Amino acid sequence: MSEMVKVTIDGVEVEVPAGELIIKAAQDHGTYIPRFCWHPRMEPVGMCRMCLVEVETPRGRGLITACTQRVAEGTVVHTKSEVVKKAQEGVLEFLLINHPLDCPVCDRGGECPLQDQTLSHGPGESRFVEEKRHFEKPIPISDLVMLDRERCILCARCTRFSDEISGDPLIEFLDRGNYTQVNTFPDEPFASYFSGNTVQICPVGALTATPYRFRARPWDLEAVESTCTMCSVGCRVSVQASQNQVLRLLAVDSEPVGHGWLCDKGRFGYEYLRSPARLETPLVRGDDGELREAAWGEALSVAAEGIKGVVARHGADAVAGLGGARSTNEEAYAFGKLLRGVIGTGNLDARMGDALDPALMATGEARGLIGDLERAKTVLVWGPDLKEELPVLYLRVRRAATALGATLVVIHPRVTGLDREATHVVRYRPGEGAALLDRLARGDGDLAAVREALTAGPVVAIVGRAGLTESPDLAAAVVAFAAGLPDASVLPVTRRGNVYGAVDMGMAPGLLPGRVLADQAGRDELAAAWGLSVPEPGRDADGILAGLADGSVRGLLLLGADPVAENPDRAAAVAGAEFVVSLDLFVNDSNRAADVILPVVGFSEVEGTVTNLEGRVQKVNRVAPGIGQSRQATEVLGDLAVLLGGSLGGPADALFKEISAVAPAYRDITWDGLAWSGGRDGILASNSGLSLPRPGSDIDSPAPGLALHLGRVLYDAGTMVTAGPSLAKLAARPMAHLHPDDAARFGIEDGGWAKVSAGSGEAVLPAAVDPSLAPGTVYVPFNFALALSGNSVEVSAATGPGDAP
Amino acid sequence: MIEPLLTSRMTAHPADSHTIARYEATGGYDALRKALKMKPEEIAAEVKASNLAGRGGAGFPTGVKWGFLAPATPRYLVINADESEPGTFKDRQLLERDPHQLVEGIVIAAYALNTNRAFVYIRGEYPRPARRLHAAIEEARTAGYIGDDILGSGFALEVTIHLGAGAYICGEETALLNSLEGLRGEPRIKPPFPAVAGLYAKPTIVNNVETISNMPWIVTHGGAAYDAIGPEGSRGTRLFSVSGHVERPGNYEIVMGMTWRDLIYDLGGGVRDGKALKCWIPGGASAPWLTPEHVDEPITIQACTRLGTMLGSGGIVVMDETTNVVAAALSLVRFFAHESCGQCTPCREGTSWLERILERILHGRGRMSDLDLLLDVSDNISPGLRWPPAMTTICPLGPSAVSPITSIMANFRDEVVAMIAGEVPAGV
Repeated sequence: MSEMVKVTIDGVEVEVPAGELIIKAAQDHGTYIPRFCWHPRMEPVGMCRMCLVEVETPRGRGLITACTQRVAEGTVVHTKSEVVKKAQEGVLEFLLINHPLDCPVCDRGGECPLQDQTLSHGPGESRFVEEKRHFEKPIPISDLVMLDRERCILCARCTRFSDEISGDPLIEFLDRGNYTQVNTFPDEPFASYFSGNTVQICPVGALTATPYRFRARPWDLEAVESTCTMCSVGCRVSVQASQNQVLRLLAVDSEPVGHGWLCDKGRFGYEYLRSPARLETPLVRGDDGELREAAWGEALSVAAEGIKGVVARHGADAVAGLGGARSTNEEAYAFGKLLRGVIGTGNLDARMGDALDPALMATGEARGLIGDLERAKTVLVWGPDLKEELPVLYLRVRRAATALGATLVVIHPRVTGLDREATHVVRYRPGEGAALLDRLARGDGDLAAVREALTAGPVVAIVGRAGLTESPDLAAAVVAFAAGLPDASVLPVTRRGNVYGAVDMGMAPGLLPGRVLADQAGRDELAAAWGLSVPEPGRDADGILAGLADGSVRGLLLLGADPVAENPDRAAAVAGAEFVVSLDLFVNDSNRAADVILPVVGFSEVEGTVTNLEGRVQKVNRVAPGIGQSRQATEVLGDLAVLLGGSLGGPADALFKEISAVAPAYRDITWDGLAWSGGRDGILASNSGLSLPRPGSDIDSPAPGLALHLGRVLYDAGTMVTAGPSLAKLAARPMAHLHPDDAARFGIEDGGWAKVSAGSGEAVLPAAVDPSLAPGTVYVPFNFALALSGNSVEVSAATGPGDAP
Repeated sequence: MIEPLLTSRMTAHPADSHTIARYEATGGYDALRKALKMKPEEIAAEVKASNLAGRGGAGFPTGVKWGFLAPATPRYLVINADESEPGTFKDRQLLERDPHQLVEGIVIAAYALNTNRAFVYIRGEYPRPARRLHAAIEEARTAGYIGDDILGSGFALEVTIHLGAGAYICGEETALLNSLEGLRGEPRIKPPFPAVAGLYAKPTIVNNVETISNMPWIVTHGGAAYDAIGPEGSRGTRLFSVSGHVERPGNYEIVMGMTWRDLIYDLGGGVRDGKALKCWIPGGASAPWLTPEHVDEPITIQACTRLGTMLGSGGIVVMDETTNVVAAALSLVRFFAHESCGQCTPCREGTSWLERILERILHGRGRMSDLDLLLDVSDNISPGLRWPPAMTTICPLGPSAVSPITSIMANFRDEVVAMIAGEVPAGV
């Protein structure tokens, strides 16, 4: 707690923290000082000069910018004196003389700080009779952002954001004086994962987002506050729709999570909701073997009969459910209850074989919060490339390393977005992580300095799987190591939307709702609460897919899950299942061969709760109806339960009430509490007594030859990217990255072609020579429908796509 | 009249005053030898006692400025040779004709300030001065005046020359530091002042070429001797660059306290072609103008402050009776508008607006309302239109553009009105 000082603002004495900026101190006490360049999350620059106030000094009153001056004991500030008023009016007049005043056709009109502050603090008329400054406009500075340099008031918010916050300074001021302009460098577009933030913080309509341009007027938008579910960070957002269609997402500043920033995937990903490929009608496989449209009643009864048939023929153990990670907690809970309580199977998982040990995701031991980064001395990131998988967490770690001076250690098989800010960078070959961990724990040789850095607490450790070929046991072992570091906060991270919430709802074989072990006592207690029997733990995602392949699992329920995307080698097994029911928004590789596909609503169309990677429970809210005949998944699951002879217990709010009663970790959380007192920050699920999983001793499986690293990129070939036009064109293309030594060995040049074979899959890919890799490692970005699997890979030179030498 | 402190060598030996041979033959580097036997703080005390005021424009006492240098290391000495104020060309002569005097001054100052690294920021439009200084630095290094162990004293100094890229604003010391760091040349918000957080956020002293060129003399003769020259508050000699409508334009080193009449009429040879004096800029383009009623005022910092102007950079521009003051003001305002860095709204927008209003008036499209508008736009850049100027901006460039406006409106308002009314031919 910082020391408080007495400050007089417009004759009123107030107490504020010493060193607070005048503009902030005044705002916290009800005095709004107009501003354009100041942004509470960025360093002040004092450029726009709008916030001029008078401050008393020994030499009399002086005009000074409130965004750069810090208060001290006895500071006396005048924000409304005649001198201040004249100066502020003067600045506004200056800002307006060259501004086009095209408010009627400007996206910002109606929510424009320049417009608003002209009304509140500006002159009534212009005295400028000269011709205004002209630039070519608008110019695209990226696929997502357009720049109108005539509207720009040169506040440097966008340039500071890209430099200070996101660390990709691709926009800068060019020229000077009256010709100063924001622009990109020649031939370098503003290709940032965070470009949309500059649009949101632009105080005029200079930066506009191509997906939103000319789509709505702000006063026509209906907005709800919600939580982004593109990844598991859980950024607070305002979802804004017009005429039942979501038109944009804006970040909402929440101190514990997002700090008011979003990644572009979160911000612009909503377009998939209106994709023409979205399912509008239930589909049932007809006698001819083709999917045909069906009425809900028919589709549900076919689904229920099919499940009953599998149970009757092979027993309930032959049925399995996958999904919930893209759903709300209530949907995941209802799914789990349907599977366990109504159908009677313990085969269920929300993880698609690419996540972490569920106990790791649900444990309270050494568990940290994102906000712990604010006080961290040392940050260890051993896991995914956060910029690609959890982008706003990347921003928070970057802030810790740059603005807050933490020592950053990054361990990953190749270069990551954070390497530039890292004090120590360590590389390893996938499959050899446990050996590296041993050496790190001992501080062997070149790791001595890294080990030494990790002794300065508080330490925040962000741990996950660096790639898909890596054993989840490695992350468990790293977490166990990290938990022993001084004053450690550990964040076990995995990426998919609400996967933490789904696991908390019991969508993992070993866990019951509320972070309870599925042992006899846990099952008995849940069975009593449900009034249904609860089966013993069954198979996890890998086990279910293996069971489908060997015929021990015959019936499959999918809730918004596409396991084939993560496990391309299991495509035939899923397609060959005896009976498959899928609740989804799209037809995909996993449900293409399903017997029944039931269209359900998606993000922004459902009210419910979600849980982020910290265990923070937040509301998602509804602003638009689903399309066509799509229904709420909780209703669909409830109807299925009834047809199967059970009952799940009502709509989302009623389900959440049941969750609070049944799930210990959610006992203190209420639906209304989330909407009101939880507000912007959500409410943390309480820590369970689950202890850290004990990783096996046999984690490493070194590849005999080359090791394959399958890592994720933000814009992959997943549905949420490819089903929306704006992001689809940003999707990366898969490439095979080779260490220069390996590339030379195989005679493969940068920009040439490489044939890559791993597991049952092979592909010919453009080759990139990547000196950041550990020698002997091949990196291929994941989720481009390549059936590569396993961590051992073979490479040879190729002459072109679809072609081998 | 005493012997000029800074320019006697170049006057006596115009052919080779820039060489180390001539410099050493005329007592050069003796001051450094003396200085290295003194304690650094003793030198700083002499500089403080001299009451030398900075010659770059602000006229702040050098010894006092040095006293603000924070104790942290590393620390830097930066020489501001970005002489860009219109009508000012004195540092050019010091650089070109007596670069060793500056080099010796740099080594003395660096020693006094306990720094081992000095930078000289020279405007890119000064190729010959830069070459001469570069050669002098190399000669000095060979002779042991710069390097790891200067004259066996154990004191080490490296001097780096950096050429500017054509921006007036880089003469403002914090913009200069940004430019030196490779950033855009934009002034920083102060505090912190460079003495606390300057180059690379380290304690830094920025001094003008002429200021530092005085160091050898002060060390040789003592601060008290310097303080005995000229009137109180304006000690020592100063170089003035006299240009415009005079018979003998050029640089003149004078003892302050002399009158404007002495400088313009005696040294400068009077107004050209026998014309009458209309007005003059007393200290660089940023300074409000003086008029004939002021010719018998002394050339001192105090007298200028009393008259609402300044000696600034020492650039004196004389205008005769034929001068179109609107055109003259436009020329100056256009310069400032062109040189505005663009970061502060009032300067970026206001200076260009003033330029365009003046342009309109000059081209016969003025309005009577422009008279008030010129002053009110000026007031929004420099509230109160007083001297020294208040500012709505980070640095004084914006208010500098106001000086020509207030000067013509205070002294020649009738001419502006007549031009707007069409009573005098418009245009230049």
